Amino acid sequence: MNPALSELERLFPPGRFLVKPGELAPYESDALTAFRARPLAVVLPESHEEVVAAVRWCAKHQIPYVARGSGTSLSGGSLPIDGGLLIGLNRMNKLLRLDAKERLAVVQPGFINLQVSNAAAPYGLYYAPDPSSQPVSTIGGNLAFNSGGAHCLKYGMTSNHVLAARVVLPDGETIELGSESLENTGPDWLGLFVGSEGLLGIATEITLRLLPKPETYHTVLAAYDSLEKAGEAVAAVVASGLLPGAMEIMDSLAIEAAEAAVKAGYPLEARALLIVELEGETPQVEAEAQYLEEVIQKSGAYEVRVAQNADERMKIWKGRKAAFSAVGRLSPDYIVQDGVVPRSRLGQALAEIEQLSARYGLRVANVFHAGDGNLHPLILYNGRVEGELQRAEELAGEILKLCVALGGSITGEHGVGMEKKSYMTEMFSEDDLDAMQRIRQALDPWALSNRGKMFPGEAPALRFHGAHPLEKAGVISRE
Amino acid sequence: MTLMPSSLAEVQEVVRTYPHIRPRGGGSKPALCAPLEGQTVLEMAGLSGVLEYDPGEYVLVARAGTKLAEVEALLAEHGQYLPFDPPFVEQGATLGGTVAAGLSGPMRQRYGGVRDFILGVQFVDGEGRLVRGGGKVVKNAAGFDLPKLMVGSLGRLGILTEVAFKVFPFPKATATLLVNFSGLEEALKALYRLAGSPIELYALDLEPPATLALRLGGLPEALPARLERLQSFLGQTGELLREAAEARYWRHLNPLPLGEGRLVKVALTARHIPDLEKALGSTPRRYLSAGNLLYLSWNDEPDRLDALLKAQGLSGLVLKGTVARSQLGINLEHVLGHKVSRALDPQGKFSLHAPLP
Repeated sequence: MNPALSELERLFPPGRFLVKPGELAPYESDALTAFRARPLAVVLPESHEEVVAAVRWCAKHQIPYVARGSGTSLSGGSLPIDGGLLIGLNRMNKLLRLDAKERLAVVQPGFINLQVSNAAAPYGLYYAPDPSSQPVSTIGGNLAFNSGGAHCLKYGMTSNHVLAARVVLPDGETIELGSESLENTGPDWLGLFVGSEGLLGIATEITLRLLPKPETYHTVLAAYDSLEKAGEAVAAVVASGLLPGAMEIMDSLAIEAAEAAVKAGYPLEARALLIVELEGETPQVEAEAQYLEEVIQKSGAYEVRVAQNADERMKIWKGRKAAFSAVGRLSPDYIVQDGVVPRSRLGQALAEIEQLSARYGLRVANVFHAGDGNLHPLILYNGRVEGELQRAEELAGEILKLCVALGGSITGEHGVGMEKKSYMTEMFSEDDLDAMQRIRQALDPWALSNRGKMFPGEAPALRFHGAHPLEKAGVISRE
Repeated sequence: MTLMPSSLAEVQEVVRTYPHIRPRGGGSKPALCAPLEGQTVLEMAGLSGVLEYDPGEYVLVARAGTKLAEVEALLAEHGQYLPFDPPFVEQGATLGGTVAAGLSGPMRQRYGGVRDFILGVQFVDGEGRLVRGGGKVVKNAAGFDLPKLMVGSLGRLGILTEVAFKVFPFPKATATLLVNFSGLEEALKALYRLAGSPIELYALDLEPPATLALRLGGLPEALPARLERLQSFLGQTGELLREAAEARYWRHLNPLPLGEGRLVKVALTARHIPDLEKALGSTPRRYLSAGNLLYLSWNDEPDRLDALLKAQGLSGLVLKGTVARSQLGINLEHVLGHKVSRALDPQGKFSLHAPLP
């Protein structure tokens, strides 16, 4: 073992310092398994101080590192760096404080998303951001990728629900960002940190805002004989002035998959299903439900079901939430794509995706957060057929370019990570990316923290803009 | 010196040419845009106008110098509004100034503040380069969240030239209940109970000494039942404001009419209120958003307020009235802030402090 590694070994007890090939194997990829890399070692800190020690060790020896939680990233955001350190935060999984009166929870980064709502439930509170991975994904990962879910139109993304964070910067220094207040009086540094994909540091303590649980839900499932009609129904709901908590659409392939997996009782012959959920105070929701019924009736739905109780509601959602993994039953392999278009362009986007699908000879299932314009085309392929993976990736890229061309984004909730970094130039100009790079380099001049992610290019070289501010300040020097 | 650019290129040119720059929108927050000696004022009124607005998207894109009044009038034509309810609409406040100051009003209670609604931003950095962040769709996770970074940035990180916001439908009917309590303790108890309940309030303000101002919004047919529930939840009927009187009540509050002193914004949580109430004496003030935001009018020396806020572990921002430094209370500066400021403005052209002679 080289001397640097022995030094690291002294910082972590056996069992929390992994270097044997067999121990490293489970960490070689995240949920985007197309990419694999072998880390130099894995450490499993159990405290803020241990994270600081690991980061300082990396800074001292110029070794890049990635922090990760449960590894559910679909963009390869928590893919290890070849020869870098992997800092696994799953053991930092405590709920440190739940203050029901002030409606906040303080958690360690390895705390699981769904557990926040579970812990808050006895007080009539919940944690609003609910990515589909919420039973396993961690708050630290959610923070790093500004994760979304089905409720972003009304409630915003993770960033809107993080009040404060204790952060270890890439040089090992600790700072506190934000406060318990919903307001602040200076630049929103925390806003910058959330969603920075691990490039600006590691959060070791996170203060989350809790919301009162809505009193009532009204969940409607509408079946259509065309995707266009479902898309138009979404536009009509919005035009009526209603603000549903969630609006989701699934196409026939997604319906077939979900039905095969969880038997949600969806109408199998439907070309498109729309789920609309109203939530809030009972008298208000009851009144809104009547407007919604009118809108849905006029939208040409051939079958409409309203969940009569919590069980029926859960069943509707179970099918939707299972759709991604269920597609695995229809195809040996698939890519989950994540792009956003303005809501009014959904119809156009779907039509063009259909044409692309035909052109590439690959099936595409569509599941999407229609209220947010967030598409999730699932590109089905067979990895054993020569060249199919490559075609699938090309098709995925075409879809992302399409999203940008329509005025949208290359990612709504999965982040850029490893997968989409080459598409950043579709969305941002050189000057835009340069400004982001300058921020990153100011905090991490050696690009140690999650190196190789988010920014285009393979191994990001040092891109100093004149003398580095740190250098000017005499804090660092190039030896 | 004051310059009035009328194009992006002119803003870039000014930044490249002059050593110290202070941007100014409508001038409704004079403490934040009054130039220090040696600073060139950049009047942003020439960069105004709504660029994109499709009511069906709930998204509005406009140049930073656009007046809030213009935006609100346009949104109102389609039954929509800026849900963070920015102050100083009739005083000429602009979108850019509102973002740079990070200001929200009473209705932030329902869906969140300005940081929760900004989607995209374009600004000129300290080297005159045009930088975009975010986008114009309601869900977006691409790149660093520069739009949020600019909220409350006070012109220190760049000159805002364009902003994109998520907007929402304005409730078809609203009603306001003014409820008096026997004392602060009772009022706070009710405030906490309301904030933790499923009752959805557009505003939840505490008007000292012990009055809660509660605004309900929604469908007209549901409002009577909801009002009744709210009254029974509180155990009293309160004073009900409807229609024109209700609209007037909130419009009157939009300029934060707290008196002639220095107008200060304070970020806090409700648990700070009892101590503050003891310390603030007769200072005119109003707590917004379930005790997360305080606006007050300070008639005494700024140093005394600074000390008072520090003692409570709070930070404040002076919006109106002369002060040497607009930020009061605890020091929120940290190494991340310094490094990010230097990254975007390496020559310190946007520094908030007086340039060295």
